[in-house]
Amino acid sequence: MSDLSSKPANTPQPQARQVTFRGGGFAPASHRWIGVVVFALLLTLAELGTRQGWISPLTLPLPSDVLKTFGELYASGLLWAHLSVSLTRLFVGALIGASLGVATGVLIGLFSYVRAGLVPLTAALFPIPKIALLPLFVIWFGIDEGSKYALIAFGTFTPTVVATYGAVDNVDRSLIRMGQSFNLSWISIVRKIVLPGAMPGILSGLRISLAIAIILLVAAEMLGAEYGIGAYILEAGSLYDLERLFAGVAILSMLGVTLSATIGLIERRVLNWRQ
Amino acid sequence: MDIRLSGVSHSYDDFEVLRDISLDIPSGKIVCIVGPSGCGKSTLLRFIGGLEKPTRGEVLQIGSPPADCLNPLTYIFQDFALLPWRSVRGNISLVLEDQGIRGPRAEAIIADVLTRTKLSEFHKALPKQLSGGMKQRVAIARALAVNPAVMLMDEPLSALDSQTRELLMDDLVSLWSRTPFTAVYVTHNLAEAVRLGHSIVVMSRRPGEIREVVHLETPLDQRHYGDSALEEKQKYLWHLMREEARAADAELVHV
Repeated sequence: MSDLSSKPANTPQPQARQVTFRGGGFAPASHRWIGVVVFALLLTLAELGTRQGWISPLTLPLPSDVLKTFGELYASGLLWAHLSVSLTRLFVGALIGASLGVATGVLIGLFSYVRAGLVPLTAALFPIPKIALLPLFVIWFGIDEGSKYALIAFGTFTPTVVATYGAVDNVDRSLIRMGQSFNLSWISIVRKIVLPGAMPGILSGLRISLAIAIILLVAAEMLGAEYGIGAYILEAGSLYDLERLFAGVAILSMLGVTLSATIGLIERRVLNWRQ
Repeated sequence: MDIRLSGVSHSYDDFEVLRDISLDIPSGKIVCIVGPSGCGKSTLLRFIGGLEKPTRGEVLQIGSPPADCLNPLTYIFQDFALLPWRSVRGNISLVLEDQGIRGPRAEAIIADVLTRTKLSEFHKALPKQLSGGMKQRVAIARALAVNPAVMLMDEPLSALDSQTRELLMDDLVSLWSRTPFTAVYVTHNLAEAVRLGHSIVVMSRRPGEIREVVHLETPLDQRHYGDSALEEKQKYLWHLMREEARAADAELVHV
């Protein structure tokens, strides 16, 4: 840099100091392996604790025993028997709930009469603990699969509706106006502008809905189910068989992680246009 | 096809925005509308394209648009209004799909407008990959694709930096020189108005009225950056607007 002001020669040189950096933090970066390390650390701690006796075997089973139980479950073929019915229930229930939810949410977002009619209703349904309705669903839809589908569907429905109409509300109005100015038909505007524009919000709502679906899956399987992860956990719990209880819980956690990862994958695929 | 505004007035509740605007937009000419902020110039443009209805007065199309015209009144927006999930090509085909134009016919139109806007090699790019100037050129290409009778340009260069703005003005001039189009060009930038306008409508502050219509005779392709005759015109326009702009700036925003 050239000198802008010519200084008299005899002034002492002022001290030069590096400008302090203060722009750090607040920028999330991806460190995948830390999650794995935390998991491994907790498991090692539990293993060590139970082995050395400073965690009582009544409070926590040995992680290695849980793993062994899981192995036996897998070897006996029961794992698949439980998992397949649970996954079917989860899939059917969540599919019904989420697709009805997305459809209702889009209608609320598009038509003000539907909004006026259904938003208060959704607000009234949302806080109901759906588990409390299980006996009612058993009467309505029967003790077998019907009531389980209904419970999971109902539980995923409300959060999906709320997320979807919020997402539709957030679609850039200037894009819709652009569509109108080019004489696009109403259905084209909905299909090509509103729905893709609402997709990020719908997908992040789906994350929450699917987690709720897993919670309700277990609740549904606690009544009148022979097979299913929920039935397995319930049975283990009533026998105070901690190894099986924890094996069941671990399966649920893995299910949650898998679903969340799947949505993440879909997001990266479908939403690669985002900045 | 000409456009005629006769006695257009508009108010929101008892808040008067526009008062008795009568104006002819002749075919093949660019009419610039300048005025202080909040004078209702963008509202006026929305009336011309039928996106909003004036309280009083009417907007008339005189004559019918040419037969090959797919969307007679076509906008170019300040914020580009490109669908971020569609590529450059997809954004242009969007406006053709609803007209039933697909396949090779659509390809031909898209290739033509991309060449005219010098975007051919970017047809696969997503909007997020493009600079502001390129985005607006995509929007211009999209407008050209429907072969408009009148282009309605709402501050099309206001979101761009001044260098890009100069480049795009040159592009618009060369597009017009090759095939003259009719345009209504709303701007608050007087330099753009004197470069692109065959006539310049100066509006007063709210309630917007037409103060004066200034005609420029110099052909578009002979107007250059820093031209002294243009500077004179621009000074004259500024002289007309200065007090209005000052008063408009001191007003409270009506929300």
